[in-house]
Amino acid sequence: MKSDKLIDPVTRDLWQVIAAAEEVPIGAVETTLLLDTPIALTRDGEGQPVVWLRTVEEAGDEIDADEIVERLPVLVRYGYVWTSLGNPPPDIFPIPEYAEPDRKNMSCGSIGVNVSAPRAVENFLDMGHFPYVHTDILGAEPHTEVKEYDVEVSEERDEVLATRCRFFQPRAALSATEGIEVEYVYRVPHPFCSVLYKSCPEDESRRDVIAIFLQPMTQDRCRAHLLQSMVDSVSTITELRRFQQTIFGQDKPILENQMPRRLPLDPRAETPIRADKSAIAYRRWLSRKGIAYGVIPQAG
Amino acid sequence: MTLSIDDARWHPIASSDDLPFRHVFHGQLLGRELAVWRADDGNVNIWENRCLHRGVRLSIGINEGGELKCQYHGWRYANRSAGCTYIPAHPADAPARRIQNRTYPVREAFGLVWSAPSENAAFPDLPPAGAGTWLPLRPMPVNVAPEDVAAGLAKAFDAESPDSLTVRAGDAVYFVQPVDAGRSVIRGLIADPRTDTLALLRDRNRLLVKLRDRLERSAARKPAPAPLQPTYEKVSAELATMPDIAVPHGGTMIVVVKRKWQTARGVTGFELADRSGSHLPTFQPGAHIDVHLPNGLVRQYSITNGPGELLSYVVGVKREEVSKGGSHALADSVREGDLLTISEPRNNFPLRRDATRTVLVAAGIGITPILSMARFLDKSDLPYELHYFVRDADAAAFRDRLNALRGKVTVHDALARDAIRQTIGEALGRWSFAQHVYICGPGSMLEMVRALAADLDWPDEAVHFEYFRNDRVIDDSSSFEIELARSAMTLQVPAGKTILEVMREAGVTVLSSCEQGACGTCMTTVIEGEVDHQDVYLNESEKRANKAIMTCVSRAKSARLVLDI
Repeated sequence: MKSDKLIDPVTRDLWQVIAAAEEVPIGAVETTLLLDTPIALTRDGEGQPVVWLRTVEEAGDEIDADEIVERLPVLVRYGYVWTSLGNPPPDIFPIPEYAEPDRKNMSCGSIGVNVSAPRAVENFLDMGHFPYVHTDILGAEPHTEVKEYDVEVSEERDEVLATRCRFFQPRAALSATEGIEVEYVYRVPHPFCSVLYKSCPEDESRRDVIAIFLQPMTQDRCRAHLLQSMVDSVSTITELRRFQQTIFGQDKPILENQMPRRLPLDPRAETPIRADKSAIAYRRWLSRKGIAYGVIPQAG
Repeated sequence: MTLSIDDARWHPIASSDDLPFRHVFHGQLLGRELAVWRADDGNVNIWENRCLHRGVRLSIGINEGGELKCQYHGWRYANRSAGCTYIPAHPADAPARRIQNRTYPVREAFGLVWSAPSENAAFPDLPPAGAGTWLPLRPMPVNVAPEDVAAGLAKAFDAESPDSLTVRAGDAVYFVQPVDAGRSVIRGLIADPRTDTLALLRDRNRLLVKLRDRLERSAARKPAPAPLQPTYEKVSAELATMPDIAVPHGGTMIVVVKRKWQTARGVTGFELADRSGSHLPTFQPGAHIDVHLPNGLVRQYSITNGPGELLSYVVGVKREEVSKGGSHALADSVREGDLLTISEPRNNFPLRRDATRTVLVAAGIGITPILSMARFLDKSDLPYELHYFVRDADAAAFRDRLNALRGKVTVHDALARDAIRQTIGEALGRWSFAQHVYICGPGSMLEMVRALAADLDWPDEAVHFEYFRNDRVIDDSSSFEIELARSAMTLQVPAGKTILEVMREAGVTVLSSCEQGACGTCMTTVIEGEVDHQDVYLNESEKRANKAIMTCVSRAKSARLVLDI
C-alpha cells in the first residue's frame, strides 16, 4: 500500500483518536480516514466499538459486528474511541481529573480542519493569538503580553509541559463574569494531543481541563476532537459545548490559512519569539521522536 | 516556451481597482501567493503571502494604512520595507532583530499592477493608446496552461502567434498572467473609445468567456500540468533560534539632506533620504539614528516619522546655546543636498501599543520621539493624549504634523513651573492598569514627571523615558584587569581611569564619541567577566545579558574582563 511509506513507525504505533464513543451507532457503519487509510467502525450489541480497515462498506450500512474478523485494536478513553494501525502501547496518557465524580465531562464535537495535526496542536499551545482570534473572550487588545513561563520536556512521562502560563482574559470561561488573569498549564503527552488546565472561576483550588485530540487524516488534513472536563455547577452541557465550539470555530479559519499546512521542523522555516517557547519545545520533541507525519522534517 | 518558477518577466497580477483604500488583495504569480496592498501614501506593496512568524496568510491581515497587521498575533509590518515594527506578545520590547518579509518588485501602469521575480527584466513597452488611454478589461481567469491560453488568444483574435505571454490584436493587448502551470488570468487592455465604453467592455467580455470555455474544455482532455513548486526562503540563522539578547552593531549608511527648514525658533528640521530614492531601513516609534557630523562628532536624533514612512527620516535639531559642537555643526554648516553618514535606527525608547491610555509628555526638542509615538498611536486608533511644553508659542516645532493628529494634543506655552506640575498631574491622574506615560525633555522635567507619577501610584514599569545624556555620577573607584582577546594584551585599569583611556594609552585604536555612556560608539563585546554597567545606552535586559560594555564609563565587577578587541 502506497500510504505505508508515508507513515513513520512512531506514528504508526501510536493510539489515534477516531470518534466520540457515544456518537458511533450500534449496528451501523461509520467511516473515516486515519493516516491516509480508510477505516470503518461500529458498535456491537454490548456497545463496544469495533474498528477495521474499510473495504467495501459504506457509511450507514447495517452490519453485524460479530462478522468482522480482522479488527484493529480498540481503546475507549475520555469519551473517545482510539485505534492504531501498528502495535500500540497498553494504554494512553493519563488525565486523572476525568475520573473525578463531580466534573462535567463532555465531547465538544469532531471538526474537520484543512491543516496538519501538529499545526493544530501548536495553535492549542499558543496564548499570543487570544486577543486577535478569540477577541473579547480569551483575550482582548490592548492586553496582548505573553508573560514569561516555564517549559520542560518531562523525561519520565515523555511529554512537553508548560507551566506558569498567565494571560489576561475578559471572559475566560462560560462561568466567568469579569476579566481576570488566568493561569494555564499545558501538556503535550502525545504528538497529536494536548491537554490544558486553567483556573476555574467557580473553585480556586481546582482547574478546568480542556483537551484537543487530533485525528491525522492525511499529511495536511485532520479532525479535531474536543474534550471538556469542567467544574461548573451552573452551565448546561449544551452551553459548555457551544462555548468551546465558538472558540474552535474562531481557530479554524486561521489554521486553514497557515502555509505550509504541514508543520515545518527546520528551525529556520519560521521566526520564533520568547512567547513561542512551548512551540519550540514541541517541534524539537517531534524531531527527536522521529515523527515524520504531518510535518516537514528537518533536512539532513 | 515552458513556464518556470524563475520566469524573469514582468506580469500583471491585479487591476489597480483591486486595491481600494485599506484593502489587502490576494495575488498569485507562478505558483506563489502574494499579499498585495496599497498604503495610504499610495505605495503598492507586493509581499510573499505569509507572516514570517507562523506562516499565516497576510492577505487575511488588516491594512492599517502605514502598516499591515497579521490576523494571528497582530505583528505589524511596515509599508515599503516589510520590516516588523511591533510584536504584541512582547509589547515592551522593540523587535531588535531584523524580521523582514520577502518583497517583490512593483509597477503600476495602464490601470494594472505588475510584478516580477526581480527588477532586472525590462518593463513591457506599450505604444500610446491612440488619442486616449488604455482601458483595462475585466480580468478573465482560465484554468488552462498560460502558453495554451496565449496561443488560444492569438488564434481567436487572428493575431500573430505570440512569442511570449503577450498577444497584440488590433486595438487591444492581452497579457496572460501565469498564475500556475495550469492556471491563468487574461488581463486585456483596449484603447478607450471614450464613447460607448460599457458596450465595448461587455462585448470583449463575451468573447473572452467563450474563449475561456473552449480552452477549458480542450484542456480537460489533456493531463493537467504539475503545479509549480515555489519554495519559502529560510529565515536567517539568527532569527531561527530563540535569541539570547544580543546588542546589534548596526551598520551605517549615507543619506542626502533632502530638505532643511526652520520648524520653530531655534529648531531646524532635516529630512534625510536615500540617495537613489530607495526606502530606508525599518524603524519603530521612539527610535533614533546616530548622525556623524562633519566635525567628527556623533550625535543622536530621534526619528519623528509615522508608520510606514520610510522614504526619508525627519529629525529635529535644536541649536543649543551651550553645545560641544554637535547642534551647531548640523544647524549651521549642513545644507540641502549635502551627504551625511547615519546609523541604522536603534530603539531604546520602545512604545507599547497595549495601553488602555497613553500619556505623552514632551518639552522643547523632546517632541521628536513623542511625535513619532503619537503618529503611530493615532493611525491605530489607540487612546492617547499629548502634552507639549514650550517656552513660547514660536518655539513649538513640527506644528503641521501635530495639527494633523486626531487625538488630544495640547501645546502649553510659557507655563510657570507650578502650572506645568499641575498640568502634568492632571494629565496623569491616579494610575490604573495598563496605563503608560512617556516623557522626553530636559532632566528637570523628567525628574518632575517621575516624582509626580510616583505620588499618583504609577509603577516604574509604566513610566518610560530616554536619556540622551548620562546624568549619573560615574563611580570609577574600582580597579581590575582587562584582557584584549584579539590584540593579545593584558592591561590594568586603575581607579580613576576608564577602560577606554587605558586602551588608548596602550596604543589600541578605539572609536568613541560622547564619552559619557550615552551614544554607544565605544560599545565592545564582552567575552568573559561581569560588567559593572554605568551607561544609559543599553537597556535593562541588554545589561543583564552581560554581552556588551561601553568602555567609556562602565567597569568590571569581576577581577578580570575579557573583551573582543
